[in-house]
Amino acid sequence: MIIEAEQLSKTYRVADKQPGMAGTLRHFVRRRHRDVPAVSGVSFAIAPGEMVGFLGPNGAGKTTTLKMLTGLIHPTAGTVRVAGHDPKRRQAAFLHQITLVMGQKQQLIWDLPPLDSFRVNAAVYGLTPPEARRRISELADMLELGEELTRPVRKLSLGQRMKAELLAALLHRPAVLFLDEPTLGLDVNAQARVRDFLADYNRCTGATVLLTSHYMGDITALCERVLLIHQGRLFYDGRLEGLSERLAPYRLVRLELTVPQPAAAFTGHGEVESLQGNQVCLRVPAAQLTGSVAQLLERFAVVDLEVSDPPIEQIIGGLFERGRVDDSPA
Amino acid sequence: MTAPREPRARPVWPLVRVLLSTQYAYMLEYRAEIALWALSGVLPLIMLGVWTGSGAGEAAGFTPAMLTRYFLAAFVVRQFTVVWVIHVFEEDNLQGRLSPFLLQPLHPFWRYLAAHVAEQVTRVPFVAALLALLFLLQPSLLWWPHPADVFWGVLATVAAFILRFLLQGVIAMACFWSERALALERLLLIPYLFLSGLVAPLETFPPGVRAFALATPFPYTVAFPARVLMGAEVNLGAGFLGLALWSGLFLILFLLLWRVGIRRYSAMGA
Repeated sequence: MIIEAEQLSKTYRVADKQPGMAGTLRHFVRRRHRDVPAVSGVSFAIAPGEMVGFLGPNGAGKTTTLKMLTGLIHPTAGTVRVAGHDPKRRQAAFLHQITLVMGQKQQLIWDLPPLDSFRVNAAVYGLTPPEARRRISELADMLELGEELTRPVRKLSLGQRMKAELLAALLHRPAVLFLDEPTLGLDVNAQARVRDFLADYNRCTGATVLLTSHYMGDITALCERVLLIHQGRLFYDGRLEGLSERLAPYRLVRLELTVPQPAAAFTGHGEVESLQGNQVCLRVPAAQLTGSVAQLLERFAVVDLEVSDPPIEQIIGGLFERGRVDDSPA
Repeated sequence: MTAPREPRARPVWPLVRVLLSTQYAYMLEYRAEIALWALSGVLPLIMLGVWTGSGAGEAAGFTPAMLTRYFLAAFVVRQFTVVWVIHVFEEDNLQGRLSPFLLQPLHPFWRYLAAHVAEQVTRVPFVAALLALLFLLQPSLLWWPHPADVFWGVLATVAAFILRFLLQGVIAMACFWSERALALERLLLIPYLFLSGLVAPLETFPPGVRAFALATPFPYTVAFPARVLMGAEVNLGAGFLGLALWSGLFLILFLLLWRVGIRRYSAMGA
């Protein structure tokens, strides 16, 4: 395994201050702190070449976990190995093998063209100028970057900046990519281009990718496997396909009827998700699917019928909106 | 388990060249700001005006010519020992910009050092223009130092810059414990101004204050290189030894504090 996390935990110590003047004075005289667990006992392993989605609502512990995996912050407890190294030691051999791309945070020099930042990165990683030029050219082709490379970074659009940011982060050809919201703020086209690039990069180099994103499109397009984290605990680690079975044990049954029916007519066949004229969508428990479909076909004049899994966005979105997890941690 | 891959040995000179040239290009983008910084460093010239004709210098054994040369030399030394690493480090720390630097196999302070050197190179024409203007307005101020004094003076100025960089680097480490480490630097501004010899030559201080000043690192940052540049009688060996000892002490402190502090880094803003 190229990434191994065992009972990884991180607790932050934060100041605890009550509002108002009295609270301010009390805080000044006697400062109180409390420990806030950001990540609690998270364990997982990722094989070389895998692309894994890391999902969770804001504050779930995704970024904290990524920071521990890259060695930026030290875990409070647990162990982590990435590419055979202990990340917190930040040894040169480890740093040569990883990269972390954080959505809006950039390493590019703001007032200079991206090429200047690439030159610095190439020198830092010990690439010879011809080698650096070749890699920049290859990656620029994949990312569809051209004359943008000689324009000051501040003059680039968000999408162009993100692509240049990716190029800078990948110049040393890392074996492990940690991507924290790489498509944040990008328009739909730019998101698609970044996704295509990441898929190509993974295919060409065999790099391992751990990706967090708020856009389910990123995850469904790139990752077969997902890790779900909530309130610092990992509660799902498995295939994206299996997620709906575990978290949403129901199917959507869409019917087109010859004659429109009231919602009450479907009582006992499932929960009505939507009803518009002669189109109805029912949420049917997976265990009763066969029986329910047979009854529906028998009872109503059906023009068309379609059974599908609920969209993954709907499952995860609903889960995070509820703000709680009924299932036990994975 | 993947076997750790050993990185290739990195040639140092190409890295230094690229860092300096890139930072120089970056500083050129801020040339107007750097010109203003150069202008703001005229305190020694103001002090020259204050001291000239006051008679206080002569009481301390400074002839008017020596006083002029001292403050002109202090002006040059001050221009090329300006250090602002704590400002940029605190900002990078608070805004999360330090994180990408920490993930590269190069200590972030090498970048800051390159930025300082590039800023000084950018500053050269502005300082030269200021001096030319001064000599044009007051030709009597002009003097040509001995080449040996220039050689040792430049060396002492570079060493003084390194000492100031390391001293401020040590204070910058407080950023790992406090979000307002810059306040500590401001606290050091007054002792720096008075004990370094920036506002008055150390010879004009009462013996007790002078002895106290000499026991601190501050005189090595202005008074020593300025006296070397002006061609005054200076114990070069003792001066450079003092610079080396203080720099060594601050380097050790810096490395120790970095090692402890980096464990506290919480990658804020990232």
